[in-house]
Amino acid sequence: MNIIDQGQGELFLDPDPDKAREFFRTKNRKQVNKVMDLKDAIARFVKDGDYLAIGGFGANRTPIAACHEIVRQKKKNLGFAGHTSTHDMEVLSAGEVYDRIDVAYVIGLEARGLSPCSRQYMESGKVKVTEWTNYSLAARLRAAAMGVPFVPTRNVMGTDTIKYSAAKTVECPFTGKKVVLMPALYPDVSVIHVHEADVYGNARFRGIAVADIDLANASKRLIITTERLIHSDEIKRDPSATRIPYFLVDAVCEVPYGAYPGTMPYEYFSDEAHLREWLNVEKDPAEFKAFLAKNIFDCKDHEEYIARNGGMKKMLELRAKELLLFKEV
Amino acid sequence: MAEYNAMEIMICVAARELENGATVGVGTGAPCAAAMLAQKTTAPDLVIMFEAGGIYPTLPEMPISVGDSRTFYKAAMAGSMGDIMEACSRGFVDYTFLGGAQIDMYGNLNSTVIGNHAKPKVRFPGSGGANDFASFCWRMMVMTPQNNRRFVEKVDFLTTPGWLQGGDSRAKSGLPLGSGPYKIITDMAIMDFEPQSKRMRVISIHPGYSFKDVQENCGFELLKAPQLADTPAPSDEELRLLREEIDPYRYVIGR
Repeated sequence: MNIIDQGQGELFLDPDPDKAREFFRTKNRKQVNKVMDLKDAIARFVKDGDYLAIGGFGANRTPIAACHEIVRQKKKNLGFAGHTSTHDMEVLSAGEVYDRIDVAYVIGLEARGLSPCSRQYMESGKVKVTEWTNYSLAARLRAAAMGVPFVPTRNVMGTDTIKYSAAKTVECPFTGKKVVLMPALYPDVSVIHVHEADVYGNARFRGIAVADIDLANASKRLIITTERLIHSDEIKRDPSATRIPYFLVDAVCEVPYGAYPGTMPYEYFSDEAHLREWLNVEKDPAEFKAFLAKNIFDCKDHEEYIARNGGMKKMLELRAKELLLFKEV
Repeated sequence: MAEYNAMEIMICVAARELENGATVGVGTGAPCAAAMLAQKTTAPDLVIMFEAGGIYPTLPEMPISVGDSRTFYKAAMAGSMGDIMEACSRGFVDYTFLGGAQIDMYGNLNSTVIGNHAKPKVRFPGSGGANDFASFCWRMMVMTPQNNRRFVEKVDFLTTPGWLQGGDSRAKSGLPLGSGPYKIITDMAIMDFEPQSKRMRVISIHPGYSFKDVQENCGFELLKAPQLADTPAPSDEELRLLREEIDPYRYVIGR
């Protein structure tokens, strides 16, 4: 195929499907108990230098507990899929755990404003950046999930976004039209937060999928954090509810309120006051250091973080808010 | 006449552009407020779509994120990003509403960087879903305050495609045929694009402003429609809905 145009951005991962197949060939197919502490899962499956992807959408069904643990364990030189990353990126930027990033949406927390810490880190020159879009990264995960080296799309043509990406524009052999080839993205490790999983890793979540089905399929190693463990009989009773099958999964960690301070659909709404506190405290480096000590480094785990920020009383407030219990609609 | 601020008139004017039964891809903030206002006024069957997967929700309040639970509250479907963006790619989505740090005379948007890409003076969030929506949706609209910092001769980084370099450059680019910028709505005026050159053209002026005001708050030369319309001011009912039902905590209209 004749290459019409190509981005000058760095491709951080090899899109070769045969290399991915060789890796997937080695993964265990047996249903075995994969339950472990989040601390152990992060220590074992997130290695310095890995390329990391985080499920959910910014501060929605996002494994924030895992992001804290990655920072607490001071992981280094990670690659990161900045796919609608908002509070997850804010946490990872605070730890400066990544040094290269595929950008679709970064720094911002949508309507809440921009993270000074993420912004400073991105403007520091310490981070290698390749530009994409939300759909481009979703398409790259789709290609990986399909086991093919790329998928064609029709966005980004004519813009600087493609110029700073690693995509290529070619002529379609069927129609003669230009299409963009989005290279497959096989993350070394991903973390996805779900509502329910059994001990083998069969996982269910409710609400929007974002790109998590393709992400689960594309990832070489996958950590599932779950609001609660359920019995495998329950999975077998209603297999149509399973969104992620066990054989993709390496670790299952039961982390109630694992998306806090973000939203977990049908469970709890985001803690807007606490998210605002994050954004405000970042403006003062000394204050931010103390804040990180209090909320990440001096916390044993997510349970302690939650206890330090309102505990069960706060969780019940956020549940009432999520379920609109006291609002007429 | 009722008092209103710049954000309120932008939202009211934008809402009137959405016809009943149309599909629209929206982001949080002002675009979402405009879509909600349209649903409560002229377009009760407006199909709102959010890029994270929410399809046709009944929004109980303003979402904080395009992926929060409100975006699929009493919805037709809680789908995926692929479901939304691929519906756009197939030509199912009529409108999108976007913003950006900079816009040029062809409606190209920058939401990536000011200055050098490798070590930028200012880093912004990037495309997010903006490039995708603007590439795929039939008609792209932009809501943005009118000033010289935003309306620039040349965007520092062309994140999201408008009419690219004007003329037939977009048609030749490979982007889906027939898609492109439609209207730009600011706190002073409504602009469209002259069909041949694809340059931005003022078509309607909001109450209290003149063409001169609009031109003085724009970093490039604007075209002027032969007949300039007067934008009707926000009605009492539009303002009531916006203030009491859509944004009671003034998340957007308080900015």
